[in-house]
Amino acid sequence: MFRKILIANRGEIAVRVIRACREMGIASVAVYSDADRASLHVRMAAEAFSIGASAAAESYLNIEKILSVAKRRGADAVHPGYGFLSENADFAEACANAGVRFIGPSPYAMRIMGSKTRARQHMEASGVPCAPGNSQPLASFEEAAGIANGIGYPVMLKAAAGGGGKGMRLVHAAEELKSALETARSEAERAFGNGEVYVEKAILNPRHIEIQIFADEHGNTIYLGERECSIQRRHQKVLEEAPSPFVDAQLRKRMGEVAVQAAASVGYTNAGTVEFLVDKNKNFYFLEMNTRLQVEHPVTELVTGLDLVHMQIHAAANERLSFMQEDVKIRGHAIECRIYAEDPDNNYFPSPGVITSMQEPSGPGIRMDSGVYEGWTVPADYDPLLAKLAVYGESREQVIARCLRALDEIFVGGIQTNISLFRRILRDSAFRDGEIDTGFLDRLVPEHSGPNVEKEKLAAIAVGVFHLLNSKSSRSLPNSNESFPSSAAWKRSARIESMQ
Amino acid sequence: MTYNVNVRGTGYRLAIDRRGDAWNCELDGAPIELDVRLISEDVISLISHGKSYEIKRDEAGKQTRLWIENVPYIVNLSDPRSFTASSRKQNLTGTATLLASMPGRVLRVLVAETQQVEAGQGLLVVEAMKMQNEIKAPSKGIVRQVVAEGSYVNAGDTLAIVE
Repeated sequence: MFRKILIANRGEIAVRVIRACREMGIASVAVYSDADRASLHVRMAAEAFSIGASAAAESYLNIEKILSVAKRRGADAVHPGYGFLSENADFAEACANAGVRFIGPSPYAMRIMGSKTRARQHMEASGVPCAPGNSQPLASFEEAAGIANGIGYPVMLKAAAGGGGKGMRLVHAAEELKSALETARSEAERAFGNGEVYVEKAILNPRHIEIQIFADEHGNTIYLGERECSIQRRHQKVLEEAPSPFVDAQLRKRMGEVAVQAAASVGYTNAGTVEFLVDKNKNFYFLEMNTRLQVEHPVTELVTGLDLVHMQIHAAANERLSFMQEDVKIRGHAIECRIYAEDPDNNYFPSPGVITSMQEPSGPGIRMDSGVYEGWTVPADYDPLLAKLAVYGESREQVIARCLRALDEIFVGGIQTNISLFRRILRDSAFRDGEIDTGFLDRLVPEHSGPNVEKEKLAAIAVGVFHLLNSKSSRSLPNSNESFPSSAAWKRSARIESMQ
Repeated sequence: MTYNVNVRGTGYRLAIDRRGDAWNCELDGAPIELDVRLISEDVISLISHGKSYEIKRDEAGKQTRLWIENVPYIVNLSDPRSFTASSRKQNLTGTATLLASMPGRVLRVLVAETQQVEAGQGLLVVEAMKMQNEIKAPSKGIVRQVVAEGSYVNAGDTLAIVE
């Protein structure tokens, strides 16, 4: 087993991996950019090293700097988390050359799956079903127009190196193609350093359902059930659940076996996810394979009782899987809410800034994977994911109720978050009936509950109460209930700054 | 003390005083029973006529928000004896000023000044937090002002004006 693992990531996933390391008695090494010196993962790790400026290219994407820290500090393995270098085959190769174990699949499997075009070619050859489209990067606008006309609008432009919806554009008609192609290319270039884009027939309002697979280094590959990920904005997942209300035992087995076949065809090892688009007739099409741990892995952990990060570390240390496919049992139900620093009522615009106050939920069935804390400044340099609320219960109905309860306990002050969006989703009757597809969020109308006059009056009174309680004259009044912790000083300064 | 309070655009007249834990409160002339405990600097527990509320306060985007049952109420309190409150000139001529809601970089400008645009037409693309956002014209009109491509903007900066 490894003695020391370097975590080449930040935020909640770095915290998640550090926790697993602690549980396994492995020392952890955090790396951080200038913007992240005070971040939670740095505070929690046993060792921490600065790797440069805030821009990801200068720090979390800098292979040389990260590996030099790993070697200097004697780390014998690297966990890449998700995003950043997690799907970068050159990084996996550089780790191998440096004698540091990369916790993930082989560079060969990553190269095939890392390019969506190569993955399509490979899957088609292996008999895995794919949506109609081209499997080569587009050379020109004219070529794109030709293929799009051939398969018919609407079409989807996708970055060959893509993920997370970046470099991806839905094109409804020919006249939109040119500007969409330029945006997709430049976004892909900036996000992945690779501007290659291909075109696929857009399957409108499909379900997005993915299969978690896991393989050891000894030829054993299993599937750990599905995750329903249809609730998306800008092709980025917002809420996930397991199991999917749409998938029965038979479909689960079919999709699971195809996913295992897709993984085995590239000699895949470690944790991976095969994503499918599923139409209402339960036809499913290969979308992509993510060659890493997924953001939404907690829902699978909750319904299988497994710890995927522990399993990743064991498998990377060449240990055999300790159980077989028939031992995998799906029990209960789980939902994850991705809490982002963004405004759901303003086109999901990101909202960095100081978290002036924070309350986390607790109680039965609650798991909060957070990368933030009260007083921390959410930097504008990275993805705005703050925390993941994962909720477990015996049935879907119970989990929805429990999740709404937990959402009422969360409070994040000082910035905009999408917490209110989850209440709307979970109260929606179509969602409760399991009638969801990737168009769900666009159809979800804002709550127009009308003005609540009683609450507005209460707010009017409360503003006066706060004013009197905070004014100097009232603070000097003898009152045992008024003790202001000195730690509140930064809050005041934050408020003063935000007023400027 | 008497204050003018604005909650989500509705004005109220609030008379409020305290002596220790004893509060006197009238809202628009109607007496209100109040029992308040300060939980932390920005959280109060308030019981009024038997109903219990936890009310939190924060600042976001230069506005004060009070959170009641997880719903934010944007509030503004002013002392009627002072006349310093700024009255912003409302522009009723149909001019739309598009402001940046957070810091970012202007990647592309898709229109030129004096150009005629349709409602929903893309004006410029701003990159913030790794996402590119196309800023669209809110209505049909003529572009009177637009920021330069490549420039960095802060929250509140003018991106474009469509008249």
